[in-house]
Amino acid sequence: MHDPISALNGQSFDGFAKITEIGPLGMISLRCDLGEKPLAAVLKKMGLSVPAPRRIVQAGALSVGWMSHDELLVIVPYADVQSTLETLRNALAKMHFLAVDVSDARAAFRVEGDKADQILAKLCPVDLAALAPGELRRTRAAQVAAAFWADGDGFTLVSFRSVAGYVMGLLTHSAQPGSEI
Amino acid sequence: MSTRLQSGGRLIDRSTRAEFMFNGKRLSGHSGDTLASALLANDQMLVGRSFKYHRPRGIVAAGPEEPNALLHMGQGDRFEPNQRATTTELFAGLISSSQNHWPSLEYDVGVVNNYISRFLPAGFYYKTFIHPRAAWLHFFEPIIRKSAGLGRAPTEMDADRYEHIYGFCDVLIIGGGIAGLQAALTAGQSGQRVILLEQTPHWGGRAVVDGDEVEGESAEDWVKSALDALKTMKNVTLRNRCMGAGVYDHGYVLANERVADHTPGDGRPKQRLWRIRAGHIITATGAIERPLSFAGNDIPGVMLAASVRDYVVNYAVSPGDRTVVVTNNDDAYRTAIALVQAGLSVPVILDARPDVTGDLPARARALGIRVEAGRAIASVKGGKRVTGVQVCLQAGEGAVMEEIACDAVAMSGGWSPVVHLWSHCGGKLTWSDHLSAFVPDAARPPLNHDGSAMVTVVGAANGIYRAADIIAGTAGDGPKVPPIWVMPQGAPIQLRSKMWLDYQNDVKVSDVQLAAQEGYESVEHTKRYTTLGMATDQGKLSNINGLGVLSQALGAEIPQVGTTTFRPPYTPVTIGALAGEARGDIFQPLRRTPMHDWHDKNGAYWEPVGHWRRAYCYTRNGETHEQAVQREVNNTRENLGLLDASTLGKIIVKGPDAGRFLDLLYTGVMSTLPIGKCRYGLMCNEQGFLSDDGVVARIDADTWLCHTTSGGADRIHGWMEDWLQCEWWDWKVYTANVTEQYAQVAVVGPNARKLLEKIGGMDVSKDALPFMQWADGTLGGFPVRVYRISFSGELSYEIAIPASQGAAFWAMLNTAGAEFGAMPYGTECLHVLRAEKGFIMIGDETDGTVTPLDLGLSWAVSKKKEDFLGKRGMERTYLANPDRWQLVGLETLDGSVIPDGAYAVADGRNDNGQRNTEGRVTSTYYSPTLKRGIAMGLIKHGPQRMGQTVTFHKIDGSTVAAKIVDQVFFDKAGEKGNA
Amino acid sequence: MLTLQCPYCGVQADETELAPGYEAHLKRYGPGSSPEEFESYMFARKNPKGVHFERWRHAYGCGKWFLAARDTNTLEVFGTYPAQSSAPPADLVAKIKLKRPEWEGYK
Repeated sequence: MHDPISALNGQSFDGFAKITEIGPLGMISLRCDLGEKPLAAVLKKMGLSVPAPRRIVQAGALSVGWMSHDELLVIVPYADVQSTLETLRNALAKMHFLAVDVSDARAAFRVEGDKADQILAKLCPVDLAALAPGELRRTRAAQVAAAFWADGDGFTLVSFRSVAGYVMGLLTHSAQPGSEI
Repeated sequence: MSTRLQSGGRLIDRSTRAEFMFNGKRLSGHSGDTLASALLANDQMLVGRSFKYHRPRGIVAAGPEEPNALLHMGQGDRFEPNQRATTTELFAGLISSSQNHWPSLEYDVGVVNNYISRFLPAGFYYKTFIHPRAAWLHFFEPIIRKSAGLGRAPTEMDADRYEHIYGFCDVLIIGGGIAGLQAALTAGQSGQRVILLEQTPHWGGRAVVDGDEVEGESAEDWVKSALDALKTMKNVTLRNRCMGAGVYDHGYVLANERVADHTPGDGRPKQRLWRIRAGHIITATGAIERPLSFAGNDIPGVMLAASVRDYVVNYAVSPGDRTVVVTNNDDAYRTAIALVQAGLSVPVILDARPDVTGDLPARARALGIRVEAGRAIASVKGGKRVTGVQVCLQAGEGAVMEEIACDAVAMSGGWSPVVHLWSHCGGKLTWSDHLSAFVPDAARPPLNHDGSAMVTVVGAANGIYRAADIIAGTAGDGPKVPPIWVMPQGAPIQLRSKMWLDYQNDVKVSDVQLAAQEGYESVEHTKRYTTLGMATDQGKLSNINGLGVLSQALGAEIPQVGTTTFRPPYTPVTIGALAGEARGDIFQPLRRTPMHDWHDKNGAYWEPVGHWRRAYCYTRNGETHEQAVQREVNNTRENLGLLDASTLGKIIVKGPDAGRFLDLLYTGVMSTLPIGKCRYGLMCNEQGFLSDDGVVARIDADTWLCHTTSGGADRIHGWMEDWLQCEWWDWKVYTANVTEQYAQVAVVGPNARKLLEKIGGMDVSKDALPFMQWADGTLGGFPVRVYRISFSGELSYEIAIPASQGAAFWAMLNTAGAEFGAMPYGTECLHVLRAEKGFIMIGDETDGTVTPLDLGLSWAVSKKKEDFLGKRGMERTYLANPDRWQLVGLETLDGSVIPDGAYAVADGRNDNGQRNTEGRVTSTYYSPTLKRGIAMGLIKHGPQRMGQTVTFHKIDGSTVAAKIVDQVFFDKAGEKGNA
Repeated sequence: MLTLQCPYCGVQADETELAPGYEAHLKRYGPGSSPEEFESYMFARKNPKGVHFERWRHAYGCGKWFLAARDTNTLEVFGTYPAQSSAPPADLVAKIKLKRPEWEGYK
């Protein structure tokens, strides 16, 4: 095991909002019937619960987001991915499921500041004012798939790793000083 | 002459001076001016030449409807053509120049067209530039190109930044006049989310110019308090300098905000395109005044009456000392009154109506202005500037009764509601005889996603002009505006051929009448034949007048003749705004593998593969790309090559039904694949044509890993999900696209095993890890999954490693492999290696019309399975025809390389007289291994014709002969890969 | 540019978040089917001016396929429903009949 390097190795940009590539972040894609009891049980053991559609549930360093009616995104510290996978595989062994490590397939960004929402409004066809508390929104950022949720003083945005440079370019362009609304 | 008045000007700040340039002249204006008002203040009425006849053109309007004052703006990397002076805010340092003239604005040789204008009638281009066809390329087209278009295209990269923003609201209101503000107040107070747009920098529309009274206070005060009220509402967003450009399906609206057009270089984005999704749209877009068609109505100094008023009231600019007003309605009297009140002279108001009554005419008369009813302009005198008008009876044929000296003419033919946005998405119009204008037909609105009316129109855009009516919501019934399409009514051809309808495209009353004579009955056809309304102003001034003339010529009513279709944008939007952020580095998403930076630093010559960038080859020591590829091929065959294969698609398929699912997806059988083993598979679409290929690995009892082509990962994952969600939705199968989770490196060549043994960590011997098997382990301390698969024919390990460690792993392999001659190789080397082995490539050997059987891959197509995707398609008689072209190898007799895509010609000709063909080349390379050109191709009856010669045609007309051979050129027994 | 509500995640999705999938409720004809059946499956597509049933994928959202009933002329959307349906839901058909009495009905 060598030190994992995130897609952009922590690049950042200070505009009218602050953009930071974060990570590496542990992410597990979990596909199963979300109504199954073993799922609720194992998430409960982790301090989490099965999220409602389009919601993300957070507990300390752990989160679980609703990606579709048969898919969750489990977010854990990067070092805990393998053990969490083990936990999930053991707990769900009797049901039909798929749990895979997708930590390295993703890039994660923080967009922070009073007007952080404007950055996303420039890139995503999403009514941010109508975003519910704890909502995880899957959409596109300009030409690529993205997911984001409000968190602390801004948003966390996740994209595919290969386009991290493009996404950083988009966020940087949108955060240029003077372009705030 | 036009000049700045000593006092007045509600929008200008006389305490400021803004120096600017026009055609190299240094001029001065004030902050608050438009470029047009500043030009007029400097007596610069002449601003351009017309498109076809190069006639002198002056400023006609004061808003976005301006057809003439289109200028070059800025210079270098901020140069822009076709900017309307009337909507350009003046700023210090502005540089502008006129367009479409040569050698100068004042003396233009193109004006010769004016004197031969009777030889350039409507449809001139259609009638003239037809034969001979050969003349098109070298004669006609250069002439048309030279005389076509207005501004010059920029040559430098735009220095400015543009962006998009998505907006959402319950109610979007377009237009910030009294009607728009009133609508915003109502919607805002009800708590709805409101966005209010105004295209100019100023709120209030016409009412503030005309000094109307609204709800007992001056329009100016009413607008101010309305704005103050709106600004306190958190649910209301106000954007000025923001033009509602287009209305589209389901409440989608594009609006263009000119953020920093007037403050270039201040760091803000130049323009911002709003992409708004509105629950409901209210258009309060006002109305546009129509010109009158009288002879010489294009001579500089002839302007729209309300625009004259705008210049006087807003900018304290007088377009002329003596202005004749000509009209068919009361509104133009306001202009006469404003001019007289500003101390200017109005020698006469010529009113085409036989009876002139009403408040405004009474006020004009009270001011001592001469009003002549039933009169018309027979002709305007002057060349580059109006010098006078000849007066005649409107009811007559133009006999001159009097000549009146003047230096400006203010004309008004009535008002046309701006119905563009209503019409963009299907709103229908109805003709109002009372207003002589098209107005929105509220019974036939554009529809929203739920079938409800999507747009409501208020104010002047709905034909309701008086502020009191707008506020009260009453229909209003001002004086009837009689239709005056030609002035005078019985004008002879000498006059009609000097009456301009479309100033920008040089279309005259006589042109439209000629079109009607020649049988053009449809307004859509007439428009294209005469080019009426087809210039950049899209006929804002000319369409209704042209329609009126056409309907008279056809003897039909206007509603029967119909109107042309309004299409977005309302006024032109620059390409930069439409592109938004998508320029330069972020023009499109570029996909990078974890090793991208290493490749970049080590001589990679990039090749786009979908959105991925892959190294085509790595040049070193001044090599050509061709030399680099040959070196990489030789080194990989002789020593050791390293390939970044991270882009390869990787899809996990898991579940109790995964095996039978894959058996349906692939032409071969995957359910029987033992755990730990790999199998090559083909996928077809339902037509039976090849769609993708790759190696499948069985991971455990219910898990498979499917490799796809680099370009195919998302597509094939989508294909799997489509079948699982829409056809076999009760099957227990989950998929996950893990392509980007792993970096993948192919370690290829006779020394491959030596390198892996050196870095150590797992047994990679032939016994422990034979060909077509995989194993998990570590190598050099990295967690890896190693596949013994080969796309090169060499001893080969494909190693997957978490992407976050990919760069480090790749660097280590390069360093540790140095002693074994390790060199990275690119995609072209990969292609040569696979072609030498006769392996197919999706996209080269296949093009969506090729079956596995065409490629001799029947061994990979199960005969036992009852069903798989494409099986029924392949059973079609056409695909089972033995005459289909089939894959073979090709060796040129002279050792040369056949051009890519070359066709083999056969005897005879087909029904179209073309040479018959009997095959084509699908892959062709120089093989450094065999030191000769090799190719694969699809040849009719190919596999039965081994040893025969076929002839390929090259583009230069010469031919190359090639022998049909087995497609495996190298190591036919497969010993090297199996080592 | 249309908006369609994804029946799975409830997002009123912008057309740019969706991928089109053409006609809904096609019956697959595999091996053993007659040439006519196979032709109907592969090539014979409805192209009505009016009520139409289509497949859409919430490609930039939850990734799921769903079905939509839409008027191809007015672009009115009558409703969306899960792809796991072999025919349009009865209540949707009833709703469309109410809005479009002249509609001949599904199939």
